[in-house]
Amino acid sequence: MKASRFNLWFARAWLAAGYGFLFLPIVALLVYSFNDSPLPNDWRGFTLRWYRALGDDGEIIAGLWLSLKIAFLTACGSVVLGTLAAFVLVKYKRFGGRTLFAGMVSAPLVMPEVVVGLSLLLMLVSAQRVLGFPERGMMTIWFGHLLLGMAYATVVVQSRLQDLHPQLEEAAMDLGARPAQVFWLVTLPMIAQSLAAAWLLTFTISLDDVVLSNFLSGPGSTTMPLVIFSRARLGLNPSVNAVAAITVAVVSVGVLITSYLIARAERQRTLDLAAAARA
Amino acid sequence: MNGANGTNGIGGRIRRAFSGRRIVIALPYLFLLAFFLFPFLIVGKISVSEMDAVAVKDLFSVADGSLRMNLKLSNYAFIAEDSLYLQTYLSSLRYAAATTVLCLAIGYPFAYFMARAKSSRQPALLMLVMLPFWTSFLLRVYAWKGLLTEHGLIANLIIGSGLDHGLAFAGLIPAPGKLMNTPFSLVLGMVYTYLPFMILPLYANLAKMDLRLLEAAADLGASPWVAFWKITVPLSKAGIIAGAMLVFIPCVGEFVIPELLGGPETLMIGRVIWDEFFSNNDWPMASTVAVVMILLIIVPLAVFNKYQAEAQEHGR
Repeated sequence: MKASRFNLWFARAWLAAGYGFLFLPIVALLVYSFNDSPLPNDWRGFTLRWYRALGDDGEIIAGLWLSLKIAFLTACGSVVLGTLAAFVLVKYKRFGGRTLFAGMVSAPLVMPEVVVGLSLLLMLVSAQRVLGFPERGMMTIWFGHLLLGMAYATVVVQSRLQDLHPQLEEAAMDLGARPAQVFWLVTLPMIAQSLAAAWLLTFTISLDDVVLSNFLSGPGSTTMPLVIFSRARLGLNPSVNAVAAITVAVVSVGVLITSYLIARAERQRTLDLAAAARA
Repeated sequence: MNGANGTNGIGGRIRRAFSGRRIVIALPYLFLLAFFLFPFLIVGKISVSEMDAVAVKDLFSVADGSLRMNLKLSNYAFIAEDSLYLQTYLSSLRYAAATTVLCLAIGYPFAYFMARAKSSRQPALLMLVMLPFWTSFLLRVYAWKGLLTEHGLIANLIIGSGLDHGLAFAGLIPAPGKLMNTPFSLVLGMVYTYLPFMILPLYANLAKMDLRLLEAAADLGASPWVAFWKITVPLSKAGIIAGAMLVFIPCVGEFVIPELLGGPETLMIGRVIWDEFFSNNDWPMASTVAVVMILLIIVPLAVFNKYQAEAQEHGR
């Protein structure tokens, strides 16, 4: 009895320490962003001046705008490609080159970004020499982010597709629906939440990427992470703290709202299924 | 693939070629071939090419009516001879391995306790692990700069408790009192960044485990400790491997964390590629370093893909 109580407290302490470790830097950034001193190690009282300075910071605002555009396009493209790839992996168990396909889908998850960025850039430069396009800029960054986003979107959608009961799709087919109809009317509504989750995840990944963007950006296409990175490399910079605090606030609220909505939709779906089963 | 029954003529063949299934497979497949596989072949080609003033020379050229192949292997020879490259590869592998071991040591108990918590609490616990994941990785790494800098919060804690003497003794920091821009700050940053990548697959695996197996073991007289090592750990092997690969492989080529937290002294191969490319403008050398790095991680990558594929098959 005594041992199990000790185990319980040990488990709680381990979890608390782990979460503390994960959240400490985030809390620190929030606190520093209100510090009236440019150095994090001496607290000189509360201020909002770093936030005010941010409003006049043209470089950051231009970068943010570009990053948001790229992130939006990346999220949309990644969800489409990722859904297709997940569908292929879950539904088509046999086709030529399936192993290569599965490998190529998951490799960008772990492949060091420096290698992916370098190889994509060298490919695009070669293509430019032969075809005359694309110029380095927003579109080339988008290509790189799509590759990364697609890998993550595939994992998210795939795990959902695997959990689906195939009976519903089979029933639709028995009732005469064509494959495309089955997908649009039956499969898609059932995986909609995972598509939303994948969209948000790829949006944030794109919004955060430094390495691929640096390889693939051209003159005049400096994304926000590139601005932050170049300042952070030089040392500590209070404007970065303010950006961080805003990002954390927006993301936390966004994630909380979305996960609430997803949970609610999920509950509704379970209730609907149960009602349908009773009827 | 089913070209054998070509009885209904060209029209049928064209219709089959553009069937929904073919298109669904072809779209993501072609995208990956064009933007993932093809670029690696280009890197391989450039790594053996010569570079003139502004661009990489073609591998084949026609001069005086004869075809010439300009194959340059000296980059590879240079990497093999120059001990600095070798040292950098080795130290990248060492840092990545240390990060993986530490992530496993912290993450395994963490995921285990998560998976054994009340099931009503588990979604919230899981979300708390995912949340840092959603907030900018760059900014979180940057935050450690402030925490570890002289008189920073964590720096004061470590130095105040005398832990820095232990770290200096272990060779992780050059001298007591200096924490930033050391192997210690680099590994700390990498453990911090990649810990969720270890926890998530382990949790997914441990949460699925059939607890009746542990009851059976207890009924047969095994102590909880023995049951843990003989049942839980072997059953979670797939999660351990997936987590270890998700940490190890990207860490080998990590660039942002060494750049922000590692200082100039910590050797990491990702930075060498970056510098060869952006500072020295030596594309063939950058490509060569990248090719050798791919060769280093190809075995872990194959292991990762195999387990990823198996997880798909047993997903249901």
